[in-house]
Amino acid sequence: MRDETRQPIITAKNVNKWYGHFHVLKDVNMEVHKGEVIVIFGPSGSGKSSFIRCINRLEEYQSGQIVVDGIELTSDIRNIERIRMETGMVFQQFNLFPHLTVLENVILAPVQVRKWSKDKATELGQQLLQRVGIPEQAEKYPGQLSGGQQQRVAIARALAMQPRIMLFDEPTSALDPEMIKEVLDVMTELARSGMTMLVVTHEMGFAKAVADRMFFFDKGQIVESGTPQDIFTNPQEDRTKLFLSQILTH
Amino acid sequence: MTNTRSRPVEARPDPLTWLRQNLFNNWWNSLLTVFSLWLVYALGGGISVWAFTEANWRVIPVNLRLFLVGQYPLTEIWRIWFLVALLALLTGSALAIWAASYRRIAVGFALTPLLLALLPFSLANRLWLASLTLLGLLGWFMARNANLSMRRLVMWGGVLWVPVSVLIMSGLGDENPFLPSVGTNLWGGLLLTMLLTIVGIAISFPLGVLLALGRRSDLPIIRWASVAYIELIRGVPLITLLFMAQLMLPLFLPANVSIDRVLRAQVGIILFSAAYLAENVRGGLQAIPKGQFEASYALGLSGVQTTLLIILPQALRIAIPVLVGQFIGLLKDTSLVAIVGLFDLLGIAKTVLAQPEFLGLQREVYAFISVFYWLLSYGMSYISQRLESALGLGQR
Ligand SMILES: Nc1ncnc2c1ncn2[C@@H]1O[C@H](COP(=O)(O)OP(=O)(O)OP(=O)(O)O)[C@@H](O)[C@H]1O
Ligand SMILES: [Mg+2]
Repeated sequence: MRDETRQPIITAKNVNKWYGHFHVLKDVNMEVHKGEVIVIFGPSGSGKSSFIRCINRLEEYQSGQIVVDGIELTSDIRNIERIRMETGMVFQQFNLFPHLTVLENVILAPVQVRKWSKDKATELGQQLLQRVGIPEQAEKYPGQLSGGQQQRVAIARALAMQPRIMLFDEPTSALDPEMIKEVLDVMTELARSGMTMLVVTHEMGFAKAVADRMFFFDKGQIVESGTPQDIFTNPQEDRTKLFLSQILTH
Repeated sequence: MTNTRSRPVEARPDPLTWLRQNLFNNWWNSLLTVFSLWLVYALGGGISVWAFTEANWRVIPVNLRLFLVGQYPLTEIWRIWFLVALLALLTGSALAIWAASYRRIAVGFALTPLLLALLPFSLANRLWLASLTLLGLLGWFMARNANLSMRRLVMWGGVLWVPVSVLIMSGLGDENPFLPSVGTNLWGGLLLTMLLTIVGIAISFPLGVLLALGRRSDLPIIRWASVAYIELIRGVPLITLLFMAQLMLPLFLPANVSIDRVLRAQVGIILFSAAYLAENVRGGLQAIPKGQFEASYALGLSGVQTTLLIILPQALRIAIPVLVGQFIGLLKDTSLVAIVGLFDLLGIAKTVLAQPEFLGLQREVYAFISVFYWLLSYGMSYISQRLESALGLGQR
């Protein structure tokens, strides 16, 4: 799936970020190629969320460089909006719009941002709800759905902008155990379809099955990276070994 | 596995059991019940004896027109009928479009003109009032199954009704043969009270929303200006503002420009109400989780789109109860304009009472206008409660 000949779709070079005096990202480097599925994991507070939120500029970084699909992230608002059109994001808490129906949630951005006609957007919206397996819930409000269904709507909503990259920040952490699988299934299908994905998750089964490469974050640094094979069978760093032993024995 | 047992029926207690369970379930409640009954009897009895035997209600029919429209010229009253008729039509349509499932609200609106017709009007006026109900029904049937353009029409009709009314009521100039000017010094009674309230809400509401957004703006100048405005106005009683508007506004203007006195009071009310509205809207804005902004931005929506489509609709929904509370407050606060010499419902009451033949009839007159204030306030409160449950507040 990895295409080394072309230039990466995401390049992060020496990214540094501070919250006040707190140095949350320290010289983070990463290259992601089109179609790759990247899993990011690491202890709480290690900066995973901060990093992927830098990619669509929900957070600013103070030094270094991030280039997404050939567009460099600067504080220029037009660049930011272009990058946000190219990247979809799925949050731990779903963050659906509670005052809009499921379908309205999904078609909002295509209509408002891409200026599609409502009919065209609705057609796409129905297709996407079909794809995530909840076509019959289109007219309901988010509050009437289960957590797993809400998260699948959130995925459909992000896909409606037809992004080239999907960012997931712990998409299953807020879900009851019996709902995790339905969301992971949708994500697996998405990965198989060739979508470039950055996924912050501790679902190691998903990582093993789907990820092309994994990155272990600790204290704002990438401690180790490699294929799932490398990481699970032959971790190099003690910190990685310790962390894996902790989460795998759960 | 299916569970098909039906929900058990809750037994209805017979009246005696109900009484025992709810009013006499312990000695303290029994005491309270007896005391309340006595209080109701003492007050209610006294008031009804007064209302039915002692009160001199003659003052009401004689001055009814004053109470309703002030000194508005008799020959021009058709304008008010026309505007009210338009409003009835619009209300009927709006109810059919947005509140069709709330029969009780619709029935309430339909009954209002008929109830008003119980007042001591002439037969012609009673017929006019009754025809308002018919117009409302007409609007209802026209707008049932309305398509998008009909909805738009009704919405814009509602929005434009306010400025059009002000324009028609004030006329198009002294020389105009069709709509000669009617000075606002002749506007009065319920008409003026309603005007101050409706225009007050219609202008201070958007202003308050802007101030609330301004208070959260990233631009320091806008933020500081909003905070300064809000805190300044909130530190001053409305009556002071009204006096300032009457006495000080002219000082800031060139000598040959004179602002209408009703307009001055209206400006005072708007400025006052906007500051409080801003704080209430801000309360709603604060209740919106950060994730809503993030999700919207991540989808590529701009700041303005996020505010208009995601944040404000939710914030206003949350704020409905306090906002309506404030609108009711605004209605009652308009009575303060009587103190600066305008003839709203309360001001008219005072002039009526100043006539020698009606001296000493304060109780009758104030009881009468209180009923109007109460009906209007309660109507607003009732509609807002329905609105809240329709929007599913508290069960997001
Ligand atoms: N807005 C903020 N202001 C100040 N500190 C912050 C802010 N957001 C995050 N932090 C801090 O930065 C650190 C990294 O946060 P981040 O959310 O990136 O971690 P994470 O790896 O995603 O952790 P988790 O697994 O708990 O989600 C944490 O110590 C957090 O307390
Ligand atoms: Mg996180």
